[in-house]
Amino acid sequence: MSEGKETPILEMVGIGKRFGGVTALTGIDFDLRRGEVHGLVGENGAGKSTLMKIIAGVHHGYDGEMRIDGQAVNFRSARDALAAGIGMVHQELSIVPQLSVAENVFLGVQPTNGLGVVSWGRMKREAREHLQLLGIDIDPTRETGTLPIGMQQLIEIGRVLFSGARIVILDEPTSALSPPEVKHLFEVLGRLKAKGTTFVFISHFLEDILEVSDRVTVFRNSRKVATVDAASVDKAWVIEQMIGAGHHELADAMLGEIRLESPKDAPVMFSARGLSRPRSFTDVSFDVKAGEVVGLYGFMGSGQTELARALMGKARLHGGTVSMGGQEIRLRSTADAKKAGIALVPESRRAMLFGHEPVYKNISISILERISRLLLKPGEERRIAQGHVDALRIRPFSVEPEVRKLSGGNQQKVALARWLTHLPRLLVLSEPTKGMDVGAKDDVVKIVKGLKEKGVAVVVASAEPETVLTMADRILVMRKGQIAQEFAERGVSKDQLLAAA
Amino acid sequence: MNADVASAAGREGGGVGRWVASRLTNLAPLVTLLFLCLVFSLMAPSFATLDNLGNIMRQVSITAIIATGLTFVILTAEIDLSVASIANAVGIVLAYFTLQETYVNIANVPMPGVVAILFALMAAFALGTVNAVGVTIIGIPSFIMTLAMMQIGAGISALLVRGQIAYAIPDPIRFLGSGSIGPFPSIVVVACLFLLVGHLVLTYTRFGRYVYMVGGNREAAEFSGVNVKLVIAAVMIISAVCCGVAGMLGVAYYGSAQQNEFDDYLLDSIAAVVVGGTSLFGGQGGIPNTILGLLVLGVLNNGLDHIDIDSFLKVLIRGLILLLALVINVYAQRLRNRAA
Repeated sequence: MSEGKETPILEMVGIGKRFGGVTALTGIDFDLRRGEVHGLVGENGAGKSTLMKIIAGVHHGYDGEMRIDGQAVNFRSARDALAAGIGMVHQELSIVPQLSVAENVFLGVQPTNGLGVVSWGRMKREAREHLQLLGIDIDPTRETGTLPIGMQQLIEIGRVLFSGARIVILDEPTSALSPPEVKHLFEVLGRLKAKGTTFVFISHFLEDILEVSDRVTVFRNSRKVATVDAASVDKAWVIEQMIGAGHHELADAMLGEIRLESPKDAPVMFSARGLSRPRSFTDVSFDVKAGEVVGLYGFMGSGQTELARALMGKARLHGGTVSMGGQEIRLRSTADAKKAGIALVPESRRAMLFGHEPVYKNISISILERISRLLLKPGEERRIAQGHVDALRIRPFSVEPEVRKLSGGNQQKVALARWLTHLPRLLVLSEPTKGMDVGAKDDVVKIVKGLKEKGVAVVVASAEPETVLTMADRILVMRKGQIAQEFAERGVSKDQLLAAA
Repeated sequence: MNADVASAAGREGGGVGRWVASRLTNLAPLVTLLFLCLVFSLMAPSFATLDNLGNIMRQVSITAIIATGLTFVILTAEIDLSVASIANAVGIVLAYFTLQETYVNIANVPMPGVVAILFALMAAFALGTVNAVGVTIIGIPSFIMTLAMMQIGAGISALLVRGQIAYAIPDPIRFLGSGSIGPFPSIVVVACLFLLVGHLVLTYTRFGRYVYMVGGNREAAEFSGVNVKLVIAAVMIISAVCCGVAGMLGVAYYGSAQQNEFDDYLLDSIAAVVVGGTSLFGGQGGIPNTILGLLVLGVLNNGLDHIDIDSFLKVLIRGLILLLALVINVYAQRLRNRAA
């Protein structure tokens, strides 16, 4: 692809990487031009993150060669990579919530005076200046944890951007950001690009990728499929390259208007009246019918995430009543909620999986009391788990590997599989497709459809409009902790949702 | 490609290096143990004898009973610092409810032996329940809660014996603590039983699975509908009851009940669990690890008595060897996690 006139700032030839027996990358040739934004797309587990972690010095011990400015390099650690001017913003936030904004911006590289004492004045001043460039004007002494998630993510991005990195890798930087925040970010990227910084941008939001990138590289099954100029392709083409086949429902949700329709004669399964929790949500009332999917949409921090947790008994309700099948229930603990037939798949993988345990134990944990009274039945557990692994196309197709070795999307499927053996009456999904690729999203949509047909009441809470649009029969838009608008029995588009939130 | 991944996953088990790496947490204490045995055998002819093996087993028995309960607690990523103190208090409660000789000047309340034993067990259960309530319902970190319980236990001991020493205990306990079953000291048999039952519960029961899962990721366990507080309450009570039994048998083993009798057991039992390779962060390890840790500790304590060194230096040497064992452990764990 590169014309060869200018030495690429980074060049990789014949890169291959294996984890144990599993091949993560084979024969990758990849290059970055100085001052470009290079988009990376591909299904979960296709190898994008692995390649980027090699560049950022997180993974070593790979085949092939990596050159920076024409010089062969071999990083032993992320520190090595940073010294060579390569910084990476990882998918999971690494902000320290207890520290001040300024401390987070300068995490690990605090400016000091001649005696080695941290110069707080300089740190605060520079942190404020840096963040103002990102369009954030906040008091640098504020505790970072008290800020909205989107803001925290921008601060983390700011940290890497201003560490002086020449090559900045952004892994899913926009998933927690509201549209105005994304716009800010793109403006900043443009400005820094003009000054010669090179960016790699990984995202499942194809519009974002196509809007901001100069070139795009597509990965599929541990291989590179193509590198093209972003201006020369469209979203449909990219999706096709990523998955190789058409996924119409998803494409519909991304582009056109969706017709919302709830089941007509189904009885009300779950109802909430006047639910309140200070600083999270106030006076929220809604019903969910058997076999109905209700979407709770709102920007990050609008209360839908906290509401989902409260429904599982994880966050205490300070007011309101909930009832299941007409009977009032109390939600003092997650065990209470489970007994009442409520299940939640939370938004964070860290919060739902036992990384060091094999897949089957992660799936069977929620049904142990049903398959064993006192003694465990590992054979039965494995059999049930294997059924889910096959049905959900969880890779690798085995119930034995430790869950932490699976890719993100597959981990999310494992967490979902937990609730598919003995169906709950109300299933609450919080950000069910966050960070997932098109194929995996499609799988989740199919699973939810199947549950609907079996009469499960489903609540999908998400800050991604596509997610609620693809899944929901009825959409409640949340704004500042309250239900601002309801969309039912009508057509609705992404624009209308965004406008209501 | 699908076939690719499947066959790759099938191969995953292969490779001696990977197998060793994945089991390093178990191998590290085993290597430490063999190394210690070798060194002591070379340095002292009296060490590697059948007689001495019996000594070592007897010497670690009380620690083993305490460590069984403590393994449950540490697997859930909690800690119990009150183990030795509860053992001491329960041993003294037992003596308090037993008729003492007239020269023992304690205002005690004599009961029939079985009742005394029952009362002592109930005391252990009660102290464990206080720990459990403090940690789960009130929400005090177990580190602090059991630190307070350590003082409370010491206080109960002090109050009941008032600086005296009691000797009489019920016969069944005397038999279990200092008698023998056939050729085996009965305290060793009891310790083995505790370890065995502990292992069976942790490995084959639903409760055992919950213990590992709560330790592995508490939040995930909660989101799966596991009653996390109940599991933690249960392990705190299990720990206290194990300590109670250890305390009663200990009184029989030493032939007396007095204050501060069990002080060394706090460090020993925590060391046994951790040196054996059970993670202080919870979710990884188990009774087999604890057994290895007990043997390392037992051999170390016993072996140092067989070789001719300054007795004032022994404590320091013991500390250094324990430190070394822990360092090896941490590195083994790191290698294991990297073997992904």
